[in-house]
Formats: sequence, C-alpha cells, structure tokens
Amino acid sequence: MNKAMTAAQLPFDVAKIRADFPILAREVHGKPLVYLDSAASAQKPKLVLDTIARAYGHDYANVHRGAYYLSETSTAAYEAAREKIRAFINAGSLKEVIFTKGATEAINLVAATWGRTFLKAGDEIVLTAAEHHSNIVPWQLLRDAVGCELKIVPVAPDGSIGIEAFANVIGPKTKLVAVAHVSNVLGTVLPVQAIAELAHGVGAKLLLDGCQGIVHEHVDVRALGCDFYVFSGHKLYGPTGIGILWARAELLEAMPPYQGGGDMIDTVTFAKTTWAPPPAKFEAGTPPIAEAIGLGAAVDYLNSIDRAAASAHEHALLRYAMSSLSQIPGLRLIGTAPGKAAVQSFVMDGAHPHDLATILDRSGVCVRAGHHCAQPLMDVLGVSATTRASFAIYNTMAEVDALVAALRKAQEVLL
Amino acid sequence: VSASAIQTAPLTDDLRTLYQDIILDHGKSPRNLRVVEHHTCKAQGNNPMCGDRVTVTARVSDTGVLEDLAFEGKGCAISIASASMMSEALAGQSAATAKQLFDAVHDLCTGKADADKVKTAVPATLGDSIDKLAALSGVRQFPVRVKCATLPWHALMSCLDGKTQTTTEK
Repeated sequence: MNKAMTAAQLPFDVAKIRADFPILAREVHGKPLVYLDSAASAQKPKLVLDTIARAYGHDYANVHRGAYYLSETSTAAYEAAREKIRAFINAGSLKEVIFTKGATEAINLVAATWGRTFLKAGDEIVLTAAEHHSNIVPWQLLRDAVGCELKIVPVAPDGSIGIEAFANVIGPKTKLVAVAHVSNVLGTVLPVQAIAELAHGVGAKLLLDGCQGIVHEHVDVRALGCDFYVFSGHKLYGPTGIGILWARAELLEAMPPYQGGGDMIDTVTFAKTTWAPPPAKFEAGTPPIAEAIGLGAAVDYLNSIDRAAASAHEHALLRYAMSSLSQIPGLRLIGTAPGKAAVQSFVMDGAHPHDLATILDRSGVCVRAGHHCAQPLMDVLGVSATTRASFAIYNTMAEVDALVAALRKAQEVLL
Repeated sequence: VSASAIQTAPLTDDLRTLYQDIILDHGKSPRNLRVVEHHTCKAQGNNPMCGDRVTVTARVSDTGVLEDLAFEGKGCAISIASASMMSEALAGQSAATAKQLFDAVHDLCTGKADADKVKTAVPATLGDSIDKLAALSGVRQFPVRVKCATLPWHALMSCLDGKTQTTTEK
C-alpha cells in the first residue's frame, strides 16, 4: 500500500457508498442481500449502469469507422475510457492500454503472441502454487507448443509467498514470472517490486495478474516494476466482457498481433498486410464499446470516493471478520499472511463448503464455495474446497455479523 | 442488516427438506467408504464446478451381478450421502437394475417424477430403496445441487460402462 492510501480519513461513510449500488437494496429468499462474493464479481454502482444505458441509448455507433457525428462521439467516449484507465494505473502511454474481453483473454494474448515468439524449449516460466487457473492453463498450452517448462513457487502454510521462495526458483533459464498481484483465495499480497527486481536480474519479464490487486491495492504499473499487468473490469465494479492488458510499449511493438481482422491493420493487400500500431494492433474487430465506456465510468466512480478511506474500511472489515470467524468452533481460517487483502477463505469441521454456501444463501448471505479456480492450491492446502468471504467498499460490520450468525445456523443444521 | 434477525429466523422448510436426517446420517457416517477388493471396474466422477471427486469401484460377476460396490472421495453432505445410499441400494443387484435405479434417482432429483411414480419403473424389491433415496429429491429446490446428488450415480454408470472418467458437465 502506498502513502496516499495509508493516510485514511475515517470514518468512511459506507451508507453513502451503499446507496450508490442499486442491487444492495434487494432481498434474497426474503432476507436482506449480504453480498460477500465481490472477489468473484463486484456489484455495479449506478454511475456504471447509467453510463452503459446512455452509451447504447444516446451515443451509440461503431467506433473508428464512420465519418458521422455519432461514430465520432462513440469513438471519443471509447478512447476517453482508455485515457481514464491509463491515468488510473499511471501507464506512460495510451498505446500501452489494450482493451481485452477480460484478464483471461489478456493472459492468453501474452502467451500466444509474446510467449510463442520469444520462448523456446528449455526456457522456464515461474508461477506460484496459488495461481488462478487463468494464470496456469495458458502457460501450459504455451509449454506444450514450444517446450518450455513451468516452475512453481511454494506457498507457506499461512498463505505467505515470500521473496525468498522466489529467489529459490528464479534462475538463469527463467524468461517469465507470471503471478497474481493479490491471491484470490488467500488474499496474500505478493512482494511484487522485489519479484520484479529478481526477474529483471536474470533478464526475465514479470506479468502480474491484477484481478484482485487492482481492486484492493493502489496500482502504479511503473512503480510496481512489472512488464505486463492484466485485470478484469467486472471485479472493479465495472461491466463483464471487458478487461485490460497493460504492457510496456517496446514489448507491444515487438509482439505479433493476437487476432486478425478489422481495426488492427494499417494496409491490407493479398500479398501483404501491415499492422496498425498498438493499441489497435491488439484490438481486432468491433470491440466491446459500451463495456469499455462502462469500465471508464467505474474508474470515475472510484476516483470520486476517498479510496484511502475505502481501503482502510476494507481492512477493518477483514480484521473484524478474521476475529469473529475465529470464535466459531471447528472453523479454520485459510490465508492469514501479514498485510493481506480483504479476502478470507476458511474451512469448518463437518461442514463442506458447498453445504455451507447453500445454507448461507437461505439467510441472504452470498459466499463462494469451491476450489476458486485454483485446484493446485487446494491440493497444497490439503482441502478439496474452501468457503470464501470477500469484502468490498460497500460491505458493513453488520454483514460480517450476519455471516457469522448464518454459519452458526449452518452448524445447527449439519452437525 | 440485523444479525440477531438472522439468528432468530427459523430454518426454511426447503433446507429441512434438503438436509433430512437420513442425508445427514449417511453424509456423516458413509457406508462402504472403501475400495472394493478384486474390483472389476473403477471410475472417477468429477464435478468441475466445486472440485468434488468420487471414485466408485465395483466387482461385477460373470452373470452381471454387482457383488460389491463401494466409493471413495471428498464431497458435500449431499454427494457423500448419495454415494453411500447408492452403495447400500445396489449391492447384490444386477447391472441392469443399477441402470434402472440411476434413471429413477435422476428423475427424483430433477423433479421429473416422485417416489410413487419411479417405483413403477423398478423391480418391486427396490421399493424400500426408493423410499430412502427419495430423500435426495430435496435438491429439486436447489438447482445447483442436483449435480451433487447425481455425481456418484454418473460415476457408477461410467464404471459399469467400462469408462474411467466422468464429469457432471457432460
């Protein structure tokens, strides 16, 4: 966390924030909605919903094509969203901000273009044992295509992934380190600046999966020292179907296109086609226009609130949740690394996560149960699944109480 | 949101229907949780959504009788109870009867038929088994949990068909 985010001005007016999210007013099974699954997908503020409605209802036309007013306004709004995201992550140039359909596509893009061009048999890609499947499987496909190898950094029992563990695995054959900025299961915040130094020390690149990091941490891609940063819009209070690949300009220049089509070309003849410069080079076809504009609105929304106070609020929720959950007999917290983000997994004796999630749902409490798209991590932890409560800017201490009460109710049913 | 309001709220009837005593009993104390000795077939069932896995082993005689049937795996109360009840219901039955019971359980869980109706489609000797397995029909009110109840049965069908893997996603 940087200085700007530690200088929180409390108290944080969570009621005011909640009023901005229409869905939070609804009930589920006759109970007030207690939404504790924002790490899977966050709810959307009215600003995002209204912006998408306006993009379709008032300003819509295809982008980068028509020489008419509506196409110009649509293009301007689309490109304005790119600038909002550039500023949000402090990228050096608009050329470095690529719209994708999500973090998964962004990682696949890097694997398919940079990976297939620059990696060869014998090269090594370093991952951690805690990665999401979306940051494992694209590299396995690359491994099968070019013959490189995957090396796995272990996770400590408390969920920590320290720099020493990386030092043991990163070596002269390492060409890429691809890790989560923040673990989606454990909440662990990785020491990314130190990892960047280690990676660059052996001439490797660093890709950060920022799906949780962009939500919970202040992200300055230049200060982090990474080479690629990817995230999804829908976890950042924005729409689905939109995500971001940020990469250093020189990497994007050297990478071949991902997909061919309209918008990504300079000139096309049957003999030879030349590419448009980034970002257009990586945005073939009509892009998710309203989704990009909606993500821009999500960034506007986050810029309009006191993010330092919001971050302090999330950490307070996490501390309260960890302390309250620990008092439930037979409950074990999974992921207790120092400085972790507001994501808490746990297991409970005699109560499978799936049964817990079903029973909690009847109390209006939404949690994630399962392997969280991180089956290798489940194997390391020695569990088949966990239950996860994740906290966002709109959650309250009373919702933590509701979670705990619903868990005790579940124990009554199951034990 | 008031936590006390939730604490005092009664359990909904559909939760009681889902977690009946017989389900909780088999879920906590599963029968035949082991590997069949000298098994003639084995198959693993996976539920990719939750990561649950169940491995069914069986010994089928030359005449097509399920001499022994057991399972191993990790899962929720519903899937473990279903596997446990399946192993009790089908021991000593023919493979053909197992297929009939699979269809019956599938209909019970998806709401296609009630216990009385599925009884007409299986041998009369399985009437008591149907009465027990009818407890699984509580999943009807919980669509995402239907796969939990049917997972071991899919694994058994794969096992008897000579396949080694199955998934609830097919």
